[in-house]
Order: sequence, then structure tokens, then C-alpha cells
Amino acid sequence: MTLLLAAVLACYTAGTLLPHFLRGRPTLQNYVAHGLACAAGLFGIALGAAGLAAPEPLTASITSTIPYLSFAIRLDPLAAFFVLTISLVGLAASIYALGYVTEFYGRVSLGALGSLFNGFLLSMTLVVMADNGFFFLIVWELMSLLSYFLVVTEHEKAEVRYAGFFYLIMTHVGTAFIILTFLIFFQNTGSFSFDVFRHPDTPLPQGLRTFAFIAALIGFGTKAGIVPLHVWLPYAHPAAPSHISALMSGVMIKTAIYALVRVYFDFLGGQFPWWWGFIILVVGAVSALLGVMYALMEHDLKSLLAFHSVENIGIILMGLGAGMIFQTYGLKEFAALGLLAGLYHTINHAVFKALLFLGAGSLLYATHTRNMEEYGGLLKRMPWTGFFFLVGAVSISALPPTNGFVSEWLVFQSLFLSFHIPSIFLKLMLPLAAAMLALTSVLALACFAKAFGISFLALPRSSHARHAGEVPGSMRVGMALLAVACVVLGVAPMVVVPLLDRIIAPLAGVSIADKVIALDGWALAPVNVEFSSLSSPALALLLATLSLLGLGLVAAFGGLAKARHSKTWGCGINLSPRMEYTATGFVQPIKRVFSTIYQPTVKLEQEFLEESKYFAKRQQFEFHIEPVFQKYLYDPVVDFFLAMAGRLRVIQAGSLHLYLTYIFVTLVVLLLIAM
Amino acid sequence: MLHAVLLIVAQTIVLLAVSPFIVGLIRKVKARLQCRRGAGVFQPYADLAKLFRKQPVVSSTTSWIFTATPYILFASTLAAGLLVPVFVSQTPLNFAGNIIALVYLLALGTFFLILAGLDAGSAFGGMGSSREAIVASLTEPAMILSIFAIALTAGSTNLSTIVHKTALLEGIVTDPSPHLMAFAALFIVALAETGRVPVDNPATHLELTMIHEAMVLEYSGRYLALVEWAAGLKLLVFLTLIVNIFAPWGIATSLAPGALGLGLAVYLVKVSGLAVVIGVIESMFAKLRLFRVTDLLGVAFILALLALVFFYVLRG
Repeated sequence: MTLLLAAVLACYTAGTLLPHFLRGRPTLQNYVAHGLACAAGLFGIALGAAGLAAPEPLTASITSTIPYLSFAIRLDPLAAFFVLTISLVGLAASIYALGYVTEFYGRVSLGALGSLFNGFLLSMTLVVMADNGFFFLIVWELMSLLSYFLVVTEHEKAEVRYAGFFYLIMTHVGTAFIILTFLIFFQNTGSFSFDVFRHPDTPLPQGLRTFAFIAALIGFGTKAGIVPLHVWLPYAHPAAPSHISALMSGVMIKTAIYALVRVYFDFLGGQFPWWWGFIILVVGAVSALLGVMYALMEHDLKSLLAFHSVENIGIILMGLGAGMIFQTYGLKEFAALGLLAGLYHTINHAVFKALLFLGAGSLLYATHTRNMEEYGGLLKRMPWTGFFFLVGAVSISALPPTNGFVSEWLVFQSLFLSFHIPSIFLKLMLPLAAAMLALTSVLALACFAKAFGISFLALPRSSHARHAGEVPGSMRVGMALLAVACVVLGVAPMVVVPLLDRIIAPLAGVSIADKVIALDGWALAPVNVEFSSLSSPALALLLATLSLLGLGLVAAFGGLAKARHSKTWGCGINLSPRMEYTATGFVQPIKRVFSTIYQPTVKLEQEFLEESKYFAKRQQFEFHIEPVFQKYLYDPVVDFFLAMAGRLRVIQAGSLHLYLTYIFVTLVVLLLIAM
Repeated sequence: MLHAVLLIVAQTIVLLAVSPFIVGLIRKVKARLQCRRGAGVFQPYADLAKLFRKQPVVSSTTSWIFTATPYILFASTLAAGLLVPVFVSQTPLNFAGNIIALVYLLALGTFFLILAGLDAGSAFGGMGSSREAIVASLTEPAMILSIFAIALTAGSTNLSTIVHKTALLEGIVTDPSPHLMAFAALFIVALAETGRVPVDNPATHLELTMIHEAMVLEYSGRYLALVEWAAGLKLLVFLTLIVNIFAPWGIATSLAPGALGLGLAVYLVKVSGLAVVIGVIESMFAKLRLFRVTDLLGVAFILALLALVFFYVLRG
């Protein structure tokens, strides 16, 4: 295992350094960087699997001369699970990148891109393995900065620079709160070692525990993209090259989930007042619902996917929140189930969201636009990409028998078990959360029916789409890998659940694998067979058999005569793409029904012929939805800081002597205070 | 094992055979209430047979999604039907999925139907798909909440357990009001999900009013046959769900031949009775404007929520 760890770190490090020595040979840089990342991904999968199976956590540490800092690594099952997830998505993204980055030859330095890619993966892997607060903060900051540089890869575009800047500010606000969290623990224990955080000599007083809970939620929540801290995410994730978006949306935001589980269940020992879990549940439900609602209104495919990350983080948090509530009331098995649901959805979302982002990247590669209204008819032109995207869309819409369905079903189950909670308030709130989850998942279904239907079906809506072709082999292989993972994670929960149970057992204090898995692994039955059961392999078999039955009935009743092909009836004129339903039109009813949330503003300018007001000469239609959070929450803060800065401008004279005076005065004042 | 397979096969045959009859029965009731004689109740069988024999015409704009959808829709709807106890309270496929799985199996069919509606490129299909998406979105929360209220009273989300316990009068409800509210909510949901008046009108072909019919407008021949059959199946699944959850009495609780025969007969009577009720409702009410559907489904949601509140309050 130590060897595997060394191999992973070595490959990523080599991948970070080597491309710089191959300047001027982009093809070679591409192969070296992404080849090494592939190797590291494979080793990482093995390392994660070994870490999940190992009886004792792997630890390694190098002490440093800086006080409190030691480069300590600890690979317990929780860390191993995230290493596995990161490596799996990393592997698929690196294979995909081999073909995808050819787009950037001559425009962007491949050395920088490949090196940053490896560095980003390395930093994420270290974040989940770090066992020292100081070290964690260093790699966390590294992860944020490297992803910032990757976001601004195409910095010649103004909107990319804006997205990058926004991201940089938000991530540092988050980091400030994370530092605060660790300082609370440090102040209590006098050490930055996670081991000491876990087992402090004197337990943290309740007030500080609450403070740590909130600081961690804000700090890590910013990275995870919970509402209302999500505003940066739909700008930053789409701005990056698509294989980077896949990593950011698929795994980077999951490091925040990792950290939340680590802080709440590990450092804070899984002892919570009921309202902690309730807050997590509410934050989760609101993020899920608003995430999908804003996603519906997006017609930029990558922004749409980014909003869905907000939604899915919400679903994960609903699982965790339910788990925390059960933990409060000592219902350990149900708490474990909530955690199980949350973590299962974590890996599922990593897989299908990465797949969808890679699919969106393929569309971008083939059509050079992200606007869905310019796609159409792509399933015929890009059959493989279309198929893989469909697999991702079915998974994220939580339809059986894919992986998204299994984990959402588990979240539902843990919310339904709420009738065991003594508090009547929570008894009613958890089912309401389940209703919100139901609304979320069906809106996600509508959103992906739109995304797939408008992009891949019917007639091409622009010349970009008409001239699109299938993407190169390596990109297809990257997507295929994740599509297979979606199906396997869906139909083989009996393999996944025991692995997750190894993570959860030490955190929740009870092992539930035997209770959740029933009928020799054929069915999931949390927490007893009487209450509920689900067998996704049986459902998959059933669906396959019944489809064949349908085919058989057709053959028996009328035969499979060849169909006649003809044009779609266009009411007497030839069907043109302008007659098709647009993405905007498709979501219009939803926009209207939920107009309280969207606050849409519609501007219609018409100029009529002089002869009649029934014939418009020119029409202009504009439609916006109100960016509520940005307008009412962020803009006031930004305005305040700008106003403050304006006031402070008077002390800026541009004279070096003056600045030296300032420094001298400050020094004197500080010395006086110190005395 | 053999018993289980036989039961599954029997249930498949019953569902497939009864669903066109239910469609015919509702049409007959409506015709009689409109003082028409109407076609015979077995007309849908003849329609299906005719459609199966006809050569289908497929739009050259479409992709494989369009031709695959009827099979996926048929399979997912039938799979949902196999999870519901029909004439035996203990279905062999009980382990495969609970009531949530049923909801999501039906959603799988809806998803592909929405895609198929968009595939031909005509504005009608797109309009139907878009409307189906909003109606489905609004029904789902009410459905999940009413399901939860039912699951609470029975102490299970497994359909067989719910039906079996209620049929044997185990865990008798002291006060039926939560049950009745959940029933009302689920009934409204069923009307919306199966595209009946007042949400959608299965008999209309006017572009202003179509939802389901607009989505399937481009289908013909065997594909249309499968889609129509699946629509009938979905209706039957909801009727079965409602009668067997709220009034399972008479259903076979053992595998004795006598009990099975009685169960089947009682089942046919019950679903026919509910079908007549739907026919009457369709004749009495006008179809709601699309944006008024929100209010109706809002009522369903509130009813389900009240069922939940009442359940906890009555239990103390």
C-alpha cells in the first residue's frame, strides 16, 4: 500500500514537472502529462480499494521545521473512498483529455495545462489524505489556486476572467472560515494534528462546538456550492476546459463533503444537538430545489450542468442531515443509513456529472458553441457521444436501474424512517424534505429531457450542429468508462454498500451492511425487509425481459414489417428547425408556474407595419430571470467594500516616502502595543 | 420458485388483458352519459389488433430514441404493474422494489416519452413534452407525500406488506381521516398522471388542449399500439394501486385456488367500479386550463400533508 501511495504521488508529481521540460512540443507534452495522470489514476484506484479493505489506516508523516506543521498522511476508509472517487474520475478525465486538448494546440501552452491538471489532481488527493490541519490548509489552498489557474485557461475572454476572479474571491472567503474552524480546535488542543483534534484532552465547550459547526459549514459550504454560497459555481465551472469542469464539478466540490463528514462525525465525535442536522437538511433541500430550478432556465449546457452540481450537493447534504438528526436521537442504524445514502450519492454524482461534463465538452469540441439552442439532431451525427450523454442524463434524473436512482432511493428511505424520531416537528419536516426531493428529482428529469432532447434530437438548429461529427476515440473511451461506472454502481449496490459500510461503521458506531443487504445480495432492505426493499439488478432484468416481451407481442400480433419513412407533417410546409420547440419554449410553463422564484422580466419590442397592427415588421424578445442572491445578498456587500475603498483612497498619494512613513508609524504603534 | 414464476406470468397476463377493457369501459360510460350508444367495451382490443397489423410510418427526422421509446415505455409501465399486488396480496416481485421504485419506473417511461415527443421536430410534439414535464413535476411531490401517509399507517413502504396487512385487518386504523385524505390526494394524482380530465383529455386532438396525445402524435402502427397499450396499463396500475391499498378486502391472501379465483373476480369488480367513477367524473367536469392545474395539484399536496399531520396528531 505504501508503494501504491508512492506511485500515485510520484506519477502526479512527474506529470506536474515533466511537461515544462518539453517546451515547443505540444503533442509530446499532452501524452506525457495525461499519460502520467492515467497511470496515477490507475494506481489511485488500487490505493483507494486497498485503503477500503485494509484493517488499519495507512499513516505516513514527514516532520518539518515549521512549528505545528507536519506533512502527515492518513488513509482511513473515509479518505480511501474519496481517493478512489478522485482517481476514477481523474482516470476518465485524463484519457478524455488526450483527445480533447488537441483543441488547444497553438492557443494555450500545453505544458501549463497538463502540468496544472496533474497538480490539481495531486492536491485533491492530498486534501483527503492530509492528517494535519496546517498541511490540509496548504494543499486546500493549492487546490483552490490551481483550479483558479485552470478556470482562466482561456483568459483572453472577459467573461472567463470575471468567472475566475469571482471564484478566487469566494474560495478565499471560504478558506478564511476553514482557518477559523481549525483555529477553534487548535486553541483547545494546542496542536494542528488531526489525531489530537479527534481525541482532545479537554472536550470542546458547547459554545465553541457550535461555532466550529457554523464556521465549517460556511467554509466548506462555499467550496461545495450550497445555496446561498453557490453564486460563483455556475460561472467558474463552465469557464474551465471541459475535462477540468468534470473534475471540478465531479470531485473538487466533493472534497468539501469529505471535510464536512470529517469535521462533524470525526472531530466533533458525532454528538450533535438536533438543530445541526436540521440546518444541514434545510440547506440541502433548499440547495437541491433552487439548484435544479435555476438549471432549468439555463440554455448554456455547461452552466446547466454546473447548477445541477448545486442540486446534487443538496441531495448529498439531505442524506447527511437526516443521518445527523438520527444520530442526535441515538437511532444509530438510521444515522448510518443517512450517511450511507449521502456517500453513495457522492460517488454517483462524481461519476455521472463528470460523464455529462465530458459529453458537453464533446459537443463543444464538435460544434464550438455551448448554447443549446444551436444544437439539435446531434444523435445522428455523434451517436456515441449521444448514447453516453443519455446514460448520464438517465442517471442524474434518478431513473431505474441506474446509480442515481439507487442513492436517491436510499435518501428517500432515510427520510421516511423519520417516524421513529420522538420530536413531532422533525416528524413532519423530514417527509416535507422528501416531497422537496421528489420535486427536485422530477424537475431534474424535465431538465435533462430538455438538455438531451433539444441538443441531440430533431433537426439541427444551426450550421454548427449540421456540420458536427463524432469526437476522437480517446474522448469516447473516457466517456465510456464513466458510463459503465454509472451502470455498474446502479446494478451492483451489494458490492458498494459493504465498502461504504466500512467508512460509516467507525463514524456512526454501528455496522449496517448485513441489515441493508438482504436476499443474498439481491436486494437492499434498509433497515428491515418488512419496511422497504429494492433490487436494482432484478429491476434491470425485469425491464430487459419485458422489453423483449413487447417485441415478442409485436412479432406475434402483426409482425415486424419494415417501417415506411416519411417527413414529419409540418402543416403543409416543409419542416424547418425554426418550427421546432426551443429550450426556452420547453421550460416556459415551468417558468410561469414558479414565477415567484424566478421573478422573470420579459421585454418585448415590436414594430408594426403601417397598414395593420397584426403584422409585425420587427420583433425583439428579451427574457431574464432575476439573480436574486447576487442582487440582494452580494451586491450590497460589494458596494459597501467599494465605498470603503473609495473613502480610504485619500491616504493613497503614490509617494514612496509617504508609504515608508505609514510602515514606520505602524511599526511603532505595534511595538507600543506589544510593550 | 415455480409458484413465483407462474404468479408473475399470471399477473402479467391479467394486467395486459384487462387494461384495454378498462379503457373501453370508461369510453362506454362517457358515451352513455352523453346519450350516445358508443362503441362496445371491447373496441380497444380491436383497435390494438388493427394497429399491430398496420405498417408504421416513421418520420425521417427521428433517431433510434423514437423507435425504442414504445418498448421502454411498455416495459417500464408493465414492470411497475408487476410490483403492485393485483389479485394476490403477496406479489413474488415484492422484493424488487417498493412504492418509490414504482413511482420512478413510471418516471422512466415519462422521460423517454418526453424525448420521443421532441424527436420528430414538430411543434406539437414539443408542446406535449413541455406540458407533460410541468404536469409530472407538480404531481410528484403530492404523490410522494400521500404515499408516505399511507406507508405510515401500514408501517411499511412495501406494497405487498401494506396490502396484506390491510386485507387481514392488522394494525387497524383507529381514525380513518388520514387514510381518506391520502386517498383523495392519490386519486387526484392518478387523474393527472394518467392524463384524464380535468388535467388532460384523452379524447382531444386540438393543439390547444393536448398533452399526452400531442407527445404521441407522430406514432403509428405497432409503435402506437404499444404506446396506447402502455397508457392503458398505466391507468390500470393506478386504479389497482388505489383499490388495493384503500380497499384490499377480497384479495387472495393465500395461494389456495379458491382464494385466487375469488381474488381475481373481486379485483375485476373493483377496478371496473373505479373506472366507472372516472368515466362519471370525466363527464361531469370540464378540462382545466393548463395553468389552473397547479391549483388542483396544490390541493392534492395539501391533502397529503394534512393526512400526515392528522396521523401524528391522532396518534398523539
